[in-house]
Formats: sequence, structure tokens, C-alpha cells
Amino acid sequence: MNLASQVFYLGRRSVIRILRQPANWVFPLIFPLALMAVNTGGLHAATNLPGFPSDSFLAFFLAFPFIQGALFATVNAGVDLARDIQTGFLNRLALTPMRSGALLAGHLAGVIAVGAVQALWYLTVGIVVGVRFESGALGAFVIFVLAVLIVFAFGSFGALAALRTGSTEAVHSLFPLFFVFLFISSMNLPRNLIETDWFRIAASLNPVSYLIEAIRSLVIEGWNAEALALGFGIAITLSIVGLTLSSLALRGRMSRT
Amino acid sequence: MERAIEVRGLVREFKGGIKAVAGIDLDVEPGEIYGFLGPNGAGKSTTVHMLTTLLPPTAGSARVGGFDIVKQGPEVRRTIGAALQEAALDPLLTGREHLKLQLALHGIPRHERLARADELLERVGLRLAADRRIGGYSGGMKRRLDLALALAHHPRILFLDEPTTGLDIQSRTALWDEVVRLKRDDGVTVFLTTQYLEEADVLADRVGIIDHGRIVAEGTPAVLKAEIGRPTIEALPGDGTDSEMLERILCRFGALQPSTAGVAVRLDGQGDLADIVRALDAAEVRVADLHLHAPTLDDVFLAKTGRSLEGSGEEEPEPE
Repeated sequence: MNLASQVFYLGRRSVIRILRQPANWVFPLIFPLALMAVNTGGLHAATNLPGFPSDSFLAFFLAFPFIQGALFATVNAGVDLARDIQTGFLNRLALTPMRSGALLAGHLAGVIAVGAVQALWYLTVGIVVGVRFESGALGAFVIFVLAVLIVFAFGSFGALAALRTGSTEAVHSLFPLFFVFLFISSMNLPRNLIETDWFRIAASLNPVSYLIEAIRSLVIEGWNAEALALGFGIAITLSIVGLTLSSLALRGRMSRT
Repeated sequence: MERAIEVRGLVREFKGGIKAVAGIDLDVEPGEIYGFLGPNGAGKSTTVHMLTTLLPPTAGSARVGGFDIVKQGPEVRRTIGAALQEAALDPLLTGREHLKLQLALHGIPRHERLARADELLERVGLRLAADRRIGGYSGGMKRRLDLALALAHHPRILFLDEPTTGLDIQSRTALWDEVVRLKRDDGVTVFLTTQYLEEADVLADRVGIIDHGRIVAEGTPAVLKAEIGRPTIEALPGDGTDSEMLERILCRFGALQPSTAGVAVRLDGQGDLADIVRALDAAEVRVADLHLHAPTLDDVFLAKTGRSLEGSGEEEPEPE
């Protein structure tokens, strides 16, 4: 059996597992949008700040669910992989002719599939509640592509955590850490309007800010080459680093001859 | 004919210098059921992990199905099936989904998978539960599915690592029947690890006893028990009977053995049960109970290691 087929079967299992654990897909679909609704209601006045880039806080904040949804998908997928290690299911797979790379690719294929559904859902909700995409339909498609790429990048780090620790608890404990990255970013305000120095500096150093700003630029600005280059560049870099490290971790974990 | 399994000086050392397997040699012939017997922590599972290519050995060599376990891992994996100690199943998938995934990963053509899955489910008695999620399976059902998964690709050699641990008698017997059928009808070689003496006695053509990472005895159960030789007689003193007197009389017939309830001796051929009864009667020593124990594999283990197999042992280091 070729690599693609192995990836397909393992990816399908990954998706089936997610679908059969409603908490793994209901929360990522609802919670980020609920938080968006709350923040939009509470922070709408921020649009009155001089220099705020949009009249609609909803449009400004729409980038948030894509990132938070990616975090949910990543942690859930990492937990699933760690569980396979804990239960010995990884050994079962290792006893088949499956190639090691297929395991990681299949796992990430499942994460991507879920991430794609989430991205479509957030885009649809955005359109339904009246967010106007300044970059048009093509921009919405680029948001979708970037969101999937972000899920892939984060997912590779979730897989890394699972493969390094082999512990569902350890992967779960990543969630608050990821959340810190999300909250210390330009999620609520553009960086140039953040008055607290340490926060502005931290947000500027935080790669998540640039992922948010790339998506945001397509919603409220149109085509901003710099924001897109930074967003895609960081997502691709994270993907390469995460994938390389998790591949090495997989080699250590699957010590079969 | 080439041996099914051939092991020479196999060693596995873990971090901290712990030798889980300290240099074992063994041979398993094609179509044989080889019982690998030992307490927890003896090195059984580590040996299985090495022979199934999941864990590289630190030293030594082994060939499984004619293939070197270090240099020809993929060929070994194509030849063997394995049901490891934990029935590693996904609680969210059904039995049929497990089989379909396993068959797909083994490269069984799509058009054959459904029929093969049905055949295996029927064989292990899970046809009616095939479309239920594993989360609702009993321990016995999980073990049977585990066996079906191990058989998915028609392996010539099957590794079963403590397949009946934790199962009730009914499930255990059903699994034994299936193992016997595999050998008899399909000629499958079975490498069976167990800590149950009865299991090794019932199933195995030959038994290897492992303790502290070394094989301390090997042979057919009958030969191993014959090596121990004489049976043991155990007497429980009756009311008012002097235990010392009972012991003195029994010692005329053999060497004293440990006994929790009374007095036990291993007969040395100086007399049989009738002689003992006559001697006790002549001395007017009353006994509440008198047992003649034929040698068991536990006696073999006791003789080789100085301790009883049942209840002994410690946790084996986790293969890393």
C-alpha cells in the first residue's frame, strides 16, 4: 500500500474519532464565536479610538475564532495521539507495514480536515452576521487557506507534544500556554494602539499577532502584502519547524527496526 | 526445515543498566506452540517486543520466520501477527472498523477486505457485536478482537503476550480453543507468554521458563515435570496429633518441603502412599487430610529458582 493510501486511512480514522467525540467539535465551533460575540458587545467602543482601523469591531475581531479554533483542534488532536501512545494503539500500527511518516501525516490530515470545516463555519457565520470582506470572495478563500495552514502548523506542535511526552495530561496542559500566546497578542487592539509598553512589545514579539493581523487585513483592509507575507511566512515557518521536530520525535517514539 | 524462531544471546538493557533480558537462547519449530512462562517482570514482554521488531535488542541476534529482527524488520512484520499484553484498541471505533483499518494497512485488496473482516469476526465469535464500538466490549471480547486483528493478514507466526490475563474461565477456554485450532488447522506457530501454569501446561508443546531475564528451564511440560521427578505428599494433622511426630514419620519417605497448612515431603522412592498410610496407622498418628501432589510446572519453577512462580515477580521495565 502506498503512502497516500496509508495517510488516507489514518486520516479517516482521525476524523471518525473527532466526530464521535462531540466535545471535540462542538466547542471549537461554538466557543470562539461566543467569545467573539461577548468581546464585540463589550469592546465595541474601541472603534471610537483615534486610528482604530475599522468601524466594525465584529469585522476587526473575526480573525480571533480562526486562531482559537485552531488551538482547540490542535490540543484535541494532540490528546488523541497521546492516547494512542498510552493505550498501545501506536504499537498496533507499528506492527503493520505502515510507514512512520504516514502516522504523522494521517494524524495531521485529520486535524486539517477538522480545521477546514471550522474555517468554513467561521467564514459562513461572519458573512451571515454581516461582516464585509474588503478583499472580496478571493480574500475569503485566502483566509480559508491561511486558517488551514495555521491549523497544520499548530497541529504539528500538538503532535510534537504528544510524541515527546506520550501523555494526554501533558498535552492538555499546553492549552493554557497556547492561550497565553493568544491573549498577549493584537487580538483585541491593533498593536500601535496598545498603550502599555510591555504588552505592546510582547504582542510585537508574539508570532500569533501576525497570524491574526494577516487574516484581519483581508477582512478590514483588502490586500495588504506585508501583513499577508508575515502571516503566511510565520505559518509556513511554524509548520516546517513543528513538522521537523515532530518527525524526529516520532522516530524516537517508534523504535521499531 | 528452517526454524520459525531462532534466538541467540538476546539482551535488552534499559536506562540505568537494568537488564530486562539478560542473554537468552531459544528455538521454536514451525507449527509449534511455545509457552514462555515466567512471573511479572521476568522479561517476557520485553522479549516479545524485540522479536516483533518493536524494540531493538541491545545485543544478540534473532531470526523470526527466517528474517533477522534488526536488519529485516519489515519482512518480520509481514510474517508475524501479534496480540500484545494490552488489547490496544480504539474505544471509539467498532470491531469491524478496526479490522478494515488493519486489513487496509496490511495492503489487503479492497475487494477482499469485507469478506476477510466477516470471516475473522465469525471466527472469534464477534459477528453480532461487529458494529458496536469497542468501548462497550467486555474484556474477553476485546481479547478476541485483538486475536482477529493479529490474524488479519494470515501470519505464519503468532505472538500472544499474556492473552488471557484478567479473563474469566469461559473466555480463557474459548481463547485456548482458538489457539489450538490455529496450530492444528492452519499450522500457525504460536509464541505464547503467560504467567499461568495451567495455560502453559494445556497449550504448549514446549515451555521455556524465564526468570530475571534468563531462561532457567526449557522442554516439554512432561519432561520438565519428570525432571523434578517424585510427587509430593502433604498431610494435615488431625485433632490432638503431634505435628513433630507426623513430620518424623513423613521424613522417612522423602525430603521436607515448605507447606502452609501441614507437613509436606517430596517422595524419594522409599515408599508409596500405601506405605505412608500404614506407617501413620502403626504410630497411631491421626491426619485430617492427606494429599498426593503430582509435580507441576510451579514445582519446576521452584526447583530451578528456589521460589514459587505463583505470586512472585515484579513489574517489568516499560519498553522505551
